[in-house]
Amino acid sequence: MSVASPDSISNVASAARLALSVRDARKAYGFVTALAGASLDLHEGEIVALLGDNGAGKSTLIKAITGIVTLDSGDIELDGRPLRLRSPADARASGIETVFQDLAVFDNLTVSDNFLIGREQTWPRWLGPLGLLSAGQEQRQWREHASALSVSHVSPSQEIGLMSGGQRQAVAVARAVAFARRVVILDEPTAALGVRESDEILTMVRRLPERGLSVIIVSHNMDHVVRVADRAVVMRQGRSVGEMTVRQGVQKDLVAMIMGVT
Amino acid sequence: MEAHVDIAGKSSETAAGRRDYLSVLLWLLQAGPIIILVTLVVAFGLLAPHFISVRNLQNLLAQSAIVCALGLGQFLVILVRGVDVSVGSVIALSVVTVATLTGVDQPSSVALVIYPLVGLIVGLINGFLIVKGGIPQPLVVTVAMLGIVAGVALLISGGNTLVGVSPAVHWLANGKVLGIPAGALMVLVLAGLFWLMLRRTQWGRWLYAVGGNPDVAQWVGLPRDRLIMSAYAICGTTAGIAGMLYHGRTGSASPLSGIGYELDAITAVVVGGASLFGGRGSITNVLFGALIIATIRSGLQQLDVSPFWSSVAIGIGILLALELDVLRKHIETRIRTLRARQVSQ
Ligand SMILES: Nc1ncnc2c1ncn2[C@@H]1O[C@H](COP(=O)(O)OP(=O)(O)O)[C@@H](O)[C@H]1O
Ligand SMILES: [Mg+2]
Repeated sequence: MSVASPDSISNVASAARLALSVRDARKAYGFVTALAGASLDLHEGEIVALLGDNGAGKSTLIKAITGIVTLDSGDIELDGRPLRLRSPADARASGIETVFQDLAVFDNLTVSDNFLIGREQTWPRWLGPLGLLSAGQEQRQWREHASALSVSHVSPSQEIGLMSGGQRQAVAVARAVAFARRVVILDEPTAALGVRESDEILTMVRRLPERGLSVIIVSHNMDHVVRVADRAVVMRQGRSVGEMTVRQGVQKDLVAMIMGVT
Repeated sequence: MEAHVDIAGKSSETAAGRRDYLSVLLWLLQAGPIIILVTLVVAFGLLAPHFISVRNLQNLLAQSAIVCALGLGQFLVILVRGVDVSVGSVIALSVVTVATLTGVDQPSSVALVIYPLVGLIVGLINGFLIVKGGIPQPLVVTVAMLGIVAGVALLISGGNTLVGVSPAVHWLANGKVLGIPAGALMVLVLAGLFWLMLRRTQWGRWLYAVGGNPDVAQWVGLPRDRLIMSAYAICGTTAGIAGMLYHGRTGSASPLSGIGYELDAITAVVVGGASLFGGRGSITNVLFGALIIATIRSGLQQLDVSPFWSSVAIGIGILLALELDVLRKHIETRIRTLRARQVSQ
C-alpha cells in the first residue's frame, strides 16, 4: 500500500473549511465489496480528483454521496452536519449536484427539458406536478445559463438524443453546474469526448471555486487531472489508499499511486 | 453549428446533407400513422362504394371509441416501459359491478362514476404490485390480474348476463351530437385532456423522462415509483370508461365482456408509433392507431373479405410497426454519429 509522503499533503486545502467529509464508508453488493472503509475530505473551494482503477469503488462512493446508494455503514457530513440522504432528491436539496458516468441524459427530451428536469416551475402552484409548464420561460432560463457553455448555440427545443456525445455531456454538466450550491461531482465527464469538448468542460470546472463550490472529479486522464485538480485522492479495492497535492508534472507519480507501485 | 462547417469544409457538408436526408426520414416515420390512415381510407373508399358514407363513418367512429379509450391509458403504461393486459377483464368487471350494484331496471347516474372507479382500483393494484412487489415483469403481473379480475367478474355475476343498461350510458354509447357519435366525442375530449397533461404539465414531462431513462430519472430525484403507479392507475380508469361504452353498446352486462380488447388496445398504441422501448409516442398517434385498426376491420368487411383476414392484416401491422420503431432507433443513432463527426472535424 502506498501512503502519501508528508510533504505532498495539501497545505492550501487544509487551511480552508471542510465542505464534505466521508468517513469509513462501507458497501457490499452481495459478495462483492464495493466500498471497504473509504474516506474522503473535500474543502471549500477545492477541486479533488478521485482516482483509481476500474472497480476501485469511485462510482459507488459518488452514488453514496448522491443518495442513490445507501451505505451499509459510514458517515457523510456536509458543512459539519450529518447528511441524511433518503433519496437523490435530498442530495439535490442539500446543494449537491452530480454528472453521472455514461451520459446521464434523457435522449427523448429536449435540451431545456433536460437542463431543468426536476426543477420545472409550474402554474398555478397549488396544482403541483399537474400545473402547467411555460416553454418560453424554460427556453429563456436555458439561454441565460448556457451562454458560458459550448452548447449555447444549440436550440433549447432540440431533442438531445440527436446531438453528439460532447454536446449531450455539456448539457449534463450545465445542469449540475447551474444549480449546485455546495458541491459538484463529475464522474468521468470527459471519457467520451474529443479534445475541444473536453477542453471546454475542464475550463468550466476550473472556474467553479470562484463561486464557492467544491468539486469532486473522477478521471482516468492524468493530464486532465493536473489541469484542474488541487489534490488527488486514490482509491483501491474500496479504500482510500493515498493522496497527493497536484502540481505540474506529477502525472507519473499519480499513475504509480493508482497502480500501487511504491 | 455554422462556425464548425466553415472550418470543417467539404466532408462535413456531405455529412450534413446525409443528416438532413435522415431527418426527413425520421419525420416521415413520426408522421407514419396519419399517412397510413389516410391511405387506407382512400384505398377502401375507391374499392368499396359504401365505405365513405356518413353511416359507415359514424359506425367506424363509434366502434373505435372503445379501443381509443383503452389506448389512451395503455399508452401511458407503454410510455413508462410497461404493458397492461388486464384491461379487457376490467371491462367485464366494471360492467358486471355496475349491473349488480345499481340494478338494470333502476337506471342511476351513480353508475357513471362506478365504471371508472372499478378500473382505478384494479389499476392501482397493478401499479402497486409492479412498483412495490419487486416483480420486474409487468406483462406477467398484468396477465395474472387479467385472470383474477375475469374470475371476480364471474363470481360477482354468478356467470349470468344481466340485460339492460341505464339510459345515460346507452346514450353515451349510441347517441349523436351533430351527427358525431357521443362516445367518440367523449373520447376526443378525454384525448385532449391527456394531450394537455402529457405535453404541458410537469407530470407529463416526468412520465416521458421515466420512460426514456428510468435509472437517470431516479438519479435526478424524480418520484419514479409514484409516476409508474399513476400510469397504471390511469390505464385502469380508462379501461373502466371503455367498459361504460361497451355496456352501452351491447346493452347487457356479461361477465365475458371485453375479451380480446387488451390486444386491440396494445395494437392501437404500437401501430400509432409508440415505442416499446419507452419514452416515445404521442396521444394523437394513438388515436390514429385505433382508427387504423377500425378502418382495416370495417374496410375488409365492406369488401366481403373474411374477418379472419383482418386478424392477419392487423397482426402484420403490429410487426411492421415494431420494425419501423427499430428503424427509427437506428436512424437516430446514425444522425448522432454524423453530428459527432461533424463537430470533431
Ligand atoms: N449495482 C451493483 N451491483 C453489483 N456490484 C456492483 C454494483 N455497482 C458496482 N458494483 C461493483 O462494485 C465495485 C466498484 O464499482 P464502481 O464503484 O463502479 O467502481 P469504479 O467507478 O471505481 O470503476 C466493482 O467491483 C463493481 O463490479
Ligand atoms: Mg465508475
